Amino acid sequence: MPSHDATAYVLLADGTRFDGLACGAETHAVGEVVFTTGMSGYQESVTDPSFAGQLLTFTYPHIGNYGISDAGMESDAIHARAVIMRAATNTEDAPTAERGWLDWLVDCGIPAITDVDTRALVRHIREAGSMPGGVFPASMPQDEARQRIAAEPSMVGRDLAKEVTPKEATTHGGGPHASGLVRVHAIDTGIKGSIVKHLVQRGAQVTLHPCTVSAEELLATDADAFFLANGPGDPAALDYVVETVRDLVGKKPVWGICLGHQLLCRAVGLQTTKLPFGHRGGNHPVKDLRTHRIEITSQNHGFAVTAPDGGLRIEADEPVRWSTDFGEAALTHVNLYDRTVEGLQLLDVESATVQYHPEAGPGPNDALYQFDRFLDAVRSA
Amino acid sequence: MPRRDDIKRIMILGSGPIVIGQAAEFDYSGVQACKVLREEGYEVVLVNSNPATIMTDPEFADATYVEPLLPGPVARIIEKERPDALLPTLGGQTALNLAKALYEDGTLERLDVELIGANYDAICCAEDRDLFAQAMAKAGLKMPESDIATSIEQALTFQDHIGLPAIVRPAFTLGGRGGGIARTPEEFRTIVERGLDASPIGQVLIDRSVIGWGEFELEVMRDHCDNVVIVCSIENIDPMGVHTGDSVTVAPQQTLTDHLYQQLRDQAIQVIRAVGVETGGSNVQFAVNPETEEILIVEMNPRVSRSSALASKATGFPIAKIAARLAVGYSLDEIDNDITMSTPASFEPTIDYVVVKWPRFAFEKFTGANSELSTHMKSVGEAMAIGRTFGQAFAKAMRSRELDTTPHLADRTTLDLVSTLARPSSDRYDVLMEVLRRGVPTAEIHAQTMIDAWFLTELEQLAQQPEEAFAGVRTFKSVDTCAAEFPASTPYFYSGWERPDADGNARHEVDRGDPAEHPSVVILGAGPNRIGQGIEFDYCCVHAAMTVRESGRQAVMINCNPETVSTDYDTSDRLYFEPLTLEDVLGVLEVERPEGVIVQFGGQTPLKLAAGLLEAGVTILGTSVDAIDHAEDRGRFGGLLDELGFQAPPYATAHSVEEAIEAAGRVGFPLLVRPSYVLGGRAMEIVYSADGLRDYLARHKPAGEAARGEIFLDRFLENAIEVDVDALCDGTEVWVGGIMQHVEEAGIHSGDSACVLPPHSLGHEMLEQIRAQARGIALGLGVVGLLNVQFAVYGGHLYVIEANPRASRTVPFVSKAIGVPLAKMACRLMLGETLADLQLPDEARTFDHVSVKEAVLPFDRFAGSDALLGPEMRSTGEVMGIARDFPTAFAKAQAAAGASLPGEGTVFITVSDTDKPAAVAIANTLHDQGFKIIATRGTADAIARMGIPAEAINKIGEGSPHVVDWIERGDVQLVVNTPTGSGARTDGYEIRSAAIARGIPCLTTLSGGPAAARAIAAARHGEPEPLSLQEIHHRDGATA
Repeated sequence: MPSHDATAYVLLADGTRFDGLACGAETHAVGEVVFTTGMSGYQESVTDPSFAGQLLTFTYPHIGNYGISDAGMESDAIHARAVIMRAATNTEDAPTAERGWLDWLVDCGIPAITDVDTRALVRHIREAGSMPGGVFPASMPQDEARQRIAAEPSMVGRDLAKEVTPKEATTHGGGPHASGLVRVHAIDTGIKGSIVKHLVQRGAQVTLHPCTVSAEELLATDADAFFLANGPGDPAALDYVVETVRDLVGKKPVWGICLGHQLLCRAVGLQTTKLPFGHRGGNHPVKDLRTHRIEITSQNHGFAVTAPDGGLRIEADEPVRWSTDFGEAALTHVNLYDRTVEGLQLLDVESATVQYHPEAGPGPNDALYQFDRFLDAVRSA
Repeated sequence: MPRRDDIKRIMILGSGPIVIGQAAEFDYSGVQACKVLREEGYEVVLVNSNPATIMTDPEFADATYVEPLLPGPVARIIEKERPDALLPTLGGQTALNLAKALYEDGTLERLDVELIGANYDAICCAEDRDLFAQAMAKAGLKMPESDIATSIEQALTFQDHIGLPAIVRPAFTLGGRGGGIARTPEEFRTIVERGLDASPIGQVLIDRSVIGWGEFELEVMRDHCDNVVIVCSIENIDPMGVHTGDSVTVAPQQTLTDHLYQQLRDQAIQVIRAVGVETGGSNVQFAVNPETEEILIVEMNPRVSRSSALASKATGFPIAKIAARLAVGYSLDEIDNDITMSTPASFEPTIDYVVVKWPRFAFEKFTGANSELSTHMKSVGEAMAIGRTFGQAFAKAMRSRELDTTPHLADRTTLDLVSTLARPSSDRYDVLMEVLRRGVPTAEIHAQTMIDAWFLTELEQLAQQPEEAFAGVRTFKSVDTCAAEFPASTPYFYSGWERPDADGNARHEVDRGDPAEHPSVVILGAGPNRIGQGIEFDYCCVHAAMTVRESGRQAVMINCNPETVSTDYDTSDRLYFEPLTLEDVLGVLEVERPEGVIVQFGGQTPLKLAAGLLEAGVTILGTSVDAIDHAEDRGRFGGLLDELGFQAPPYATAHSVEEAIEAAGRVGFPLLVRPSYVLGGRAMEIVYSADGLRDYLARHKPAGEAARGEIFLDRFLENAIEVDVDALCDGTEVWVGGIMQHVEEAGIHSGDSACVLPPHSLGHEMLEQIRAQARGIALGLGVVGLLNVQFAVYGGHLYVIEANPRASRTVPFVSKAIGVPLAKMACRLMLGETLADLQLPDEARTFDHVSVKEAVLPFDRFAGSDALLGPEMRSTGEVMGIARDFPTAFAKAQAAAGASLPGEGTVFITVSDTDKPAAVAIANTLHDQGFKIIATRGTADAIARMGIPAEAINKIGEGSPHVVDWIERGDVQLVVNTPTGSGARTDGYEIRSAAIARGIPCLTTLSGGPAAARAIAAARHGEPEPLSLQEIHHRDGATA
């Protein structure tokens, strides 16, 4: 039987169009169209500031099944610009739901589209690479939509951190802890709530600074260690943060996750490159080269640190080394899907980073040990 | 670490016959393991008593033993083959229990065999409820409050503490056999008593009830480096209280928040570590309270299970194959994901579709059995469907069930229907959909069923607007383990309904290529397992796929049964996981554009589609649709027999009661009566008088089922010898592959009857006559492919009972017995070769071995149903015994079927008057073997008259101690009891029930008696020698 007449559509920069039904706020949105393969955790995903500037496609067909709750917030707002789905529900009567998913999208002013052949869309992006696009009401002529997409600046070289960073510093946690308090000062390029939560649970007091904070200001704090947060966009656009980080390395232990990992690497002289369509999901295997254990990880990034040979792939499960401006760095984690860099350690100064998301939210908890490892290192430093 | 070099020869144990709770999924897992281990260069020794399995095809192992899965026979095989290692985790509970026994009796140590895949301690920890509870407590994981009882008194004390309802489960049984939910003190006592009996260690577990909680399962894999991945999550739509095998389940889980799901994931990993499964797959079951989010561990299986087969088919992640590689030393990241070929197996599949599994029940076969569902599994098969949405998947699964009749609900009141939902039964979703259609609010249904609101909302939409889920165009998508993140190379497809592209075309992912350059042949599978439509047909379909590929064409499989080898993506060039309805099949054919379609191998399921396919212009390969009709239409077939001058029992076809009574006079009693177009002898009965016929017709008043409205009446040839023939025909030549003589007399459904090949009491001339008539019928019908003919030998004359121009249930058995793969040969004929091309051995050659097939019956599952054999088929599976002589082969088959014949003890005999002479002969043989004979008075007198000592004991009506007391006391080792006429609760019924409950062999036919007596005598001469298929057929000079 024929489908309902389309009330909205997704248009990609290359002209490919996917029809569907409008849901969420009655507006349009443009940005980079990306997809996540996670099968649960839709609320955590859209509130992850790393999705700023992006239209998020869920590969899992049913979204909204268990509603919305406070516990699922990774920040205080939705950061994805629009949501693209195969089948959306607004269930409010799930036992732990506080709000229906679609009602919430409307409240937050986020447009969404459902009834889209998301698998065909994802296959297209996989082949053609992620690209700008938009979600538009059916009433908007395709020409107008095309112009709006064309007007959207590219992700490459774009500073989106400024859009999600806090205006002023805030401090979280800091109660007494059996292993002793660790003061962590973070450059907040769009940090996820789960990162703060896991640090605080392990005895850290976390102060989040706007990403424009200077190295002098940070070094003047009582920090035991610095943390470089996740966040949206291209690390190459954040030279001012990279400069700040450069002045921190070697002074105190520095740890970074995702965008923070890329910023630290750039700060010590390594390069980052855009991946064809990024890693977004909760099932990527990553090998810890020190323990040879595999962890299943939560991922959300579109750029990666280049390997010592300048390419993207690390062929062997070996702790290959880079020489950096701060001495040698050794690979600690490698992605077993596409062999890209997932973590490294500076050998001459106290600093380590990971590309994936050990804090989960959403995704598996296999790598929570990273928080213990970081805080233990700080405590014994 | 790569593969281990210190082991060379590995023994794999299969799971034996298909029984409820243990079905074809273990053939699938075993085949994968055999393939992988041989690819890795190991020698494989396989033991499985079930001939209808692909794994027992001789080419899958270096030595294949179709022998009983019992410690004695397997120990002798180990002595003979001297494997270095035993892999017991792919053959279900049977293999695990057997490995445990071989460890405990010292065999493994004595013969220096290492257990791989799961160690002894881990098996014990997972299987022994007490050890498991301790391990969970130590790991800080919670379980429902529970206690173990070894006596009824202990059980009652604990029940006082936890209240009712309570769940009772016996230790070490398949699919929870003997367990149940007790809601009243009386029920509690009954179930505990039954459970204590059913448990081989006399132990039951009593749990605090978590009925109504959400039920979830996670499939976990671990390697020797302690890497752990979750392959799949499965959510039972039916909350806790219904056995997961009987629940409608969905993958992945739909209703848990990410936070809660990740807790389940963490706990599943903790469980596999705590139990100590070092390598391989396990299944962990959880109960989750949706309100409080409390999580409890329910149980774990340290092996490949039914759920892992489902998880493999649902995700494309080949659990068994990977488990086998892990067992020989690989780690997860050293194994490729063979779907993407570019990523390792150390990942968690992510899916972008929804999978729904439906159980298939067969209560219609077991009059008197309670169809209420509980923790005691009762379904006989399952269908799985994949859709892009839950609605699509659910509706596809529902139509994949292939019910003979859909429940009649239209006349029932809404109130009545809603009230039945509280007690789940096999038709609960039909009822649920009906009341949703009538507008009953989901909240009301939730209150009755505790089914999650999300499912009810989705089902409400599906019930009220069924067409909405299928809006758009049928679009074939692939199953790729990664939600399209990576290109996939494995062609495993399902249909989803999507919006078309800008040109209105479906965005298919099938890369069919040019049909002229790459011709394909579509094989239609057998659908969900049910009684009469079992694994034998899947076996034939797999052979067809192999043959099509060998012919240079592409093999394309369509099937919806997740338990099977046919739905392994390795079996064919392209697999479509689709319901076997005309519309769904035509949907595949539209994109596939095959050279032809094979309908001959999947049993009744594809055959029913043949006419529709032909009408749609599809080429049917092999025997024509007209020839099928010629064989099935009584009038046409009768005409053919007349032309050929072959005899058949008199018969008639009637359309009304009056017509039937009138026709009965012409045909003559006794009569075999049945409705037309049925499988497995459904509703078939023998009647001896006009009154009996009237009674039958009243009970089988044509409802929706008999839309064609025909009733067949056949003269029943009492005490005739029944003979089954499987033959090949290319249209001009015929080759009779095997002639099987039934051990039971005519009147017992051929699927339930034991049979022997070659026949043990038919003369050369009769065999020649049988071959000649089979040949005549094959040519007369114009068969191209397989033909099965059933004959009866009565008074020295041969009668044709029926002919089926398709693969029969006996094809795998015959193939293994004669060393010629009949289904493959038939497929080659269908693809255009002639019999001469096949270079088959002489059909009348002699064998130096005898093969016996025995049926395995599920009566122990259906309390309340009589354990009598009759014209309606009720067996779920079969076993095979091979030996140098008939009695030994028969004894092996009995042992394999779980009814090992006793070597000594007491036999109880009670038979009807007409059977007394035969009973005396049996008594004579058993007496000679040293058995004590007890019998009811009449039978005892008859035996004593012939000078054989027999003690008379009371019938039930004559007061205690009566026969059932004797059986219950354990004083009887063998029962011979023939029916004394129909009628519900006779003594015979009580006797058979008591015997079955205690696992005492019970011979209900008189022909079975002498065979058993001879087998017992043969066993006196020592333990039978194990024979591998390779050695018997090597000696015969045949190739299989």
